[in-house]
Amino acid sequence: MPRRFSGNSLNDTSSNSSSFSPSSGKGGTAIKASSVKSNRLSQFFSVSPKPKGESQSTQVTSQPTGGDTNTSGPLSSASLSLPTISLSTATADNPTMDERSPTTLFQPPTPEEARRQARQNAQFGPISHPSHRYSSRHPGGVFPEPVMDEPPYYYLLTTYISYLILIAFGHVRDFFGKRFREENYRHLKPRNGYGALNSDFDNFYVRRLKLRINDCFERPVTGVPGRYITLIDRGTDDYNRHFYLTGTQTDTLNLSSYNYLGFAQSEGPCADMSEESVRKYGISTPSTRAEVGTQDLHLEVEDLIAKFVGKEASMVFSMGFGTNATIFPVLVNKGCLIISDELNHASIRFGARLSGASIAMFKHNDMKDLEIKLREAISQGQPRTHRPWKKILVVVEGLYSMEGSMCNLPGLVALKHRYKFNLFVDEAHSIGAVGPLGRGVCDYFSIDTAEVDVLMGTLTKSFGANGGYIAADKVMIDKLRATNPGVFFAEAPAPPVLTQISSALRIIKGDLVPGQGEERLQRLAFNSRYLRLGLKRLGFIVYGHDDSPIIPILLFNPAKMPAFSHEMLRRKISVVVVGYPATPLVSSRARFCVSAAHTKDDLDRVLTACDEIGNVLQLKFSTGIAGGALPPAEEMAPPPEMEKEWQRKRSAKISPPRWRVEDVIRRGAQDVKSPLY
Amino acid sequence: MDIQETQRLLSEYLQGLANLFHRLPGSAIFLRYVKSSYQNDPIRSAVELFLFLFAVRYLLAPKYSTKPGVVPLSEDEIDDLVDEWTPEPLVGEPSSLETMEVEKRTVITGPIGPKSKLANGRTVMNLGSFNFYNFNTNEALKEQAIQTLRNYGVGPCGPRGFYGTQDVHLKTEADVASFLGTEACIVYSQSFSTISSVIPAFSKRGDIIVADRGVSFAIRKGIQISRSTVRWYEHNDMEDLERVLAKVTKDQARKPLTRRFIITEGLFETSGDISNLPKIIELRLKYKFRLILDETWSFGVLGRTGRGITEHQNVDAAEVDMIIGSLAGAIVGGGGFCAGSEEIVHHQRISSSAYTFSAALPALLSTTASATINLLQNNPGLIEQLRDYTKVMRAQLDPRSDWVYCTSAPENPILILAIKPEVVAAKKLTESDQQFLLQDVVDECLVNGVLITRLKSLEDNFEPKQIVAPALKVCVTIGLAKKEIESAGKIIRHAITKVMNKKK
Repeated sequence: MPRRFSGNSLNDTSSNSSSFSPSSGKGGTAIKASSVKSNRLSQFFSVSPKPKGESQSTQVTSQPTGGDTNTSGPLSSASLSLPTISLSTATADNPTMDERSPTTLFQPPTPEEARRQARQNAQFGPISHPSHRYSSRHPGGVFPEPVMDEPPYYYLLTTYISYLILIAFGHVRDFFGKRFREENYRHLKPRNGYGALNSDFDNFYVRRLKLRINDCFERPVTGVPGRYITLIDRGTDDYNRHFYLTGTQTDTLNLSSYNYLGFAQSEGPCADMSEESVRKYGISTPSTRAEVGTQDLHLEVEDLIAKFVGKEASMVFSMGFGTNATIFPVLVNKGCLIISDELNHASIRFGARLSGASIAMFKHNDMKDLEIKLREAISQGQPRTHRPWKKILVVVEGLYSMEGSMCNLPGLVALKHRYKFNLFVDEAHSIGAVGPLGRGVCDYFSIDTAEVDVLMGTLTKSFGANGGYIAADKVMIDKLRATNPGVFFAEAPAPPVLTQISSALRIIKGDLVPGQGEERLQRLAFNSRYLRLGLKRLGFIVYGHDDSPIIPILLFNPAKMPAFSHEMLRRKISVVVVGYPATPLVSSRARFCVSAAHTKDDLDRVLTACDEIGNVLQLKFSTGIAGGALPPAEEMAPPPEMEKEWQRKRSAKISPPRWRVEDVIRRGAQDVKSPLY
Repeated sequence: MDIQETQRLLSEYLQGLANLFHRLPGSAIFLRYVKSSYQNDPIRSAVELFLFLFAVRYLLAPKYSTKPGVVPLSEDEIDDLVDEWTPEPLVGEPSSLETMEVEKRTVITGPIGPKSKLANGRTVMNLGSFNFYNFNTNEALKEQAIQTLRNYGVGPCGPRGFYGTQDVHLKTEADVASFLGTEACIVYSQSFSTISSVIPAFSKRGDIIVADRGVSFAIRKGIQISRSTVRWYEHNDMEDLERVLAKVTKDQARKPLTRRFIITEGLFETSGDISNLPKIIELRLKYKFRLILDETWSFGVLGRTGRGITEHQNVDAAEVDMIIGSLAGAIVGGGGFCAGSEEIVHHQRISSSAYTFSAALPALLSTTASATINLLQNNPGLIEQLRDYTKVMRAQLDPRSDWVYCTSAPENPILILAIKPEVVAAKKLTESDQQFLLQDVVDECLVNGVLITRLKSLEDNFEPKQIVAPALKVCVTIGLAKKEIESAGKIIRHAITKVMNKKK
């Protein structure tokens, strides 16, 4: 390795980590300027083509450098291809100097180094303290239902009134619009003998409600959706109907992408191997899996996935949605019953409808309701004929993307033993994101994967690639190969995508760059808990389970969705806001997706921003029943083994938690490891 | 005396009761109501009283289940039934055809190019992939893909609605729209899911779809999930189409106007033949139907510059409401698209499930698609060469072979070779016999260094069932020399003859 320098010294001095400290108060509107510039510049300088041999040498370098460890900074292809011989000799003797000692004179990194490092840090932040790790694992005992806190009735009432006003106003505008601005309603009316393209009624919500906040959705981005994401600024002249690009860009802290393990990177081992893969295999696999679209790469990835999730065999597809849309007709058909969680993803509904099986729903995560449905289904049989169901397939998701809640797998398995149904778990969000080894909900609950018949997951999220997989027994996968439309008619996944998956999996397992996968998993778990606890303590209503990296906070009033999104954007943080129809009418929410690429400082910045915005927008509704309450006195924090007892005693007089943001940040890191309730 | 006393007591008692009643809140209203409704007609009051009593009885009646045919069971009985119930295994035993499908899978090591290396180490001519122009191993495209990889990473880590819309997607959408000459375009992340999602985004319950009988599996799924009323017309039969359209128009004349669609393909997936687009456009305008045209197999293949069937048959793309195409396959990117007017595209951004609920396309596949379209546009020679090669291949097979005939259009680089009906009749071949025979042909070709495939078809649960004739699928590529194509054609022909002769 020609050049080495301490990750530590760089982290301490680099502008973006130090200046994000929440003490700067302003949340950081101006602070990113320097790294923005360098990021842009480094992109300009990055020369992607590079000789073959070098990329292999870079595969072994570790990307997220530990804060205190003297690991080498990853060598990117960009700088390697630059003729910087003199520079590298100048820095070659750096490791001999004791850079850890603060008394050492500051050794400024060369401009390229700094730029490159800044760019890498913008994709994956270096860990700020070695203690910022946690292992996500179910502590045992009964899996708790997430406590659903409720706001004062005032907010519910105003929410309903807001919607009423919006709807009334929309109708008034439609009334006049249809008379004076007919051209805007053309596609909603029958014309020239053609039926209306869209139904006026169905379109009302989109036209009159969503249009108002359209600028919060489909924001165009560029570059890597890593720790930061670069938004392309846009403006509108016609109230969000059309947008024009202003020509500028904004770098924002990314709490919107499903980049749980931080594998969205354009440098580092995954990208290097994907590049190698494009060179070796070409860009795509121009065939279907059943025809000639099965390459050694596909088999290798399938083997890796099967071993990773703990099943005999697996099968990869080029799209996660398509995986669910095509799998159900293979498993169930007429005379079978699908019992599906009411909040299951649209792709499951799509596939279930295509299968021809009957579909029943149970209340979200409610095992009692599921048992009632099961007893009824088994005892009554099929409607009218009363013949027993051929198969019953219970379909749940591992981690729900709008609620942040995990499925109650222990409960499901117990029911499965009694009622003999088949279990399908969609691990779209949970694979990689939960469990001490990142192997999804089975890993999280320490449950044998044999208990789950079909494990489905996506490769889009934690692995930074694209597509979906099904893992099951070999018999079932063989059947899929011969009967699944996704195998027969859909395009096969492309080589670079497959390599991204395989390299990400190898890193998680520790085969590649040992230690890095573990660091990613543990940082994600820490970050998830840290942000969740912080938001609870600030007084927000937060949904979901402790270890979930999806953290929704409730906004309720519809007008607070765009307000929250805009305020966050002003503080250079990109978040997702969702409202009806993706959520129930009243519970509009903002959703944070935490990543291993975030540092504690990033999350502190989010907390500070949320604190400010929460005060302005009156978002601190929490009553304290969901945890985060202020301890009576700081030194009176109970020992862990008495935590429950202590909680029970206090439960009678819960006071709403409204911590000061400084206290939240000060106490956050140490309190994260105890239960958050 | 006694009677009087009783009477007095009674009237006193009644007086007390009346006083009590008057003191009740709302009693005055009730009395006024009774007085005004009495109107010297006791029957009237009697009826009202009866109605009141009926309402009370109705409200107090025990609730009953709205589900018909539920048998009330005790908990113990349910427990017994639960113990007794044994479900079927989740997947059944594989059939012999399915076993063959699994066993005979071709595995390629290394790139999918004009010549591919198989897992057993042999290198064969690859006439099974859709790599018609051999863009897959094009070095310039690779460099560009790598450059994108180095700027965007691999996956976009989110759906289009939530920060998954990258500038490269917008560029690809603009490129496809301007290439086709439509107002707008929307890119999906898988070609197969595109049409299955576009159809239900527009066609709902109560709408009418008129579709060709020969449409692909993906279209059938789209129609199935839309729950619309479907009328099928005979494959590529324009007279039948007109008949169906006229019938639908007549039947619906008195009903409220609903959306009506014609759905067909440019080049058909299952038979390879071509639609008569000008005639369909004429009919659609006459009967006021919208046209959904699936160009998955014709985009990048037909026309002077690969714009598809619209260019090939000199139809303005704006005459077609929705053009669905693939950016995977010949274009070697990934995903699919739907091109049409602003309104049509905009509507899909919110209501098309495969777009809204799916992660975006990887940036490098998107930029590759843009670059390939650009290449095609600037090098019409490529398409000419492909047609020339297709002709060469076809000449070796269609008129010369005694056993198979080619159902594909002459311009289609995918040659679908079905066994001649007279051969099927003479040898009394069942459908599965044909599949096994054709697999033998595929194996025989592979032994001689040519990789081809069988046409894959799947039975689904949607009525009426689709009948797909078993066939071979030969895909021409310009990555090979003309001589090689010719010799490959010979090998395929001889293999067919050999296998067919063996079968008694």
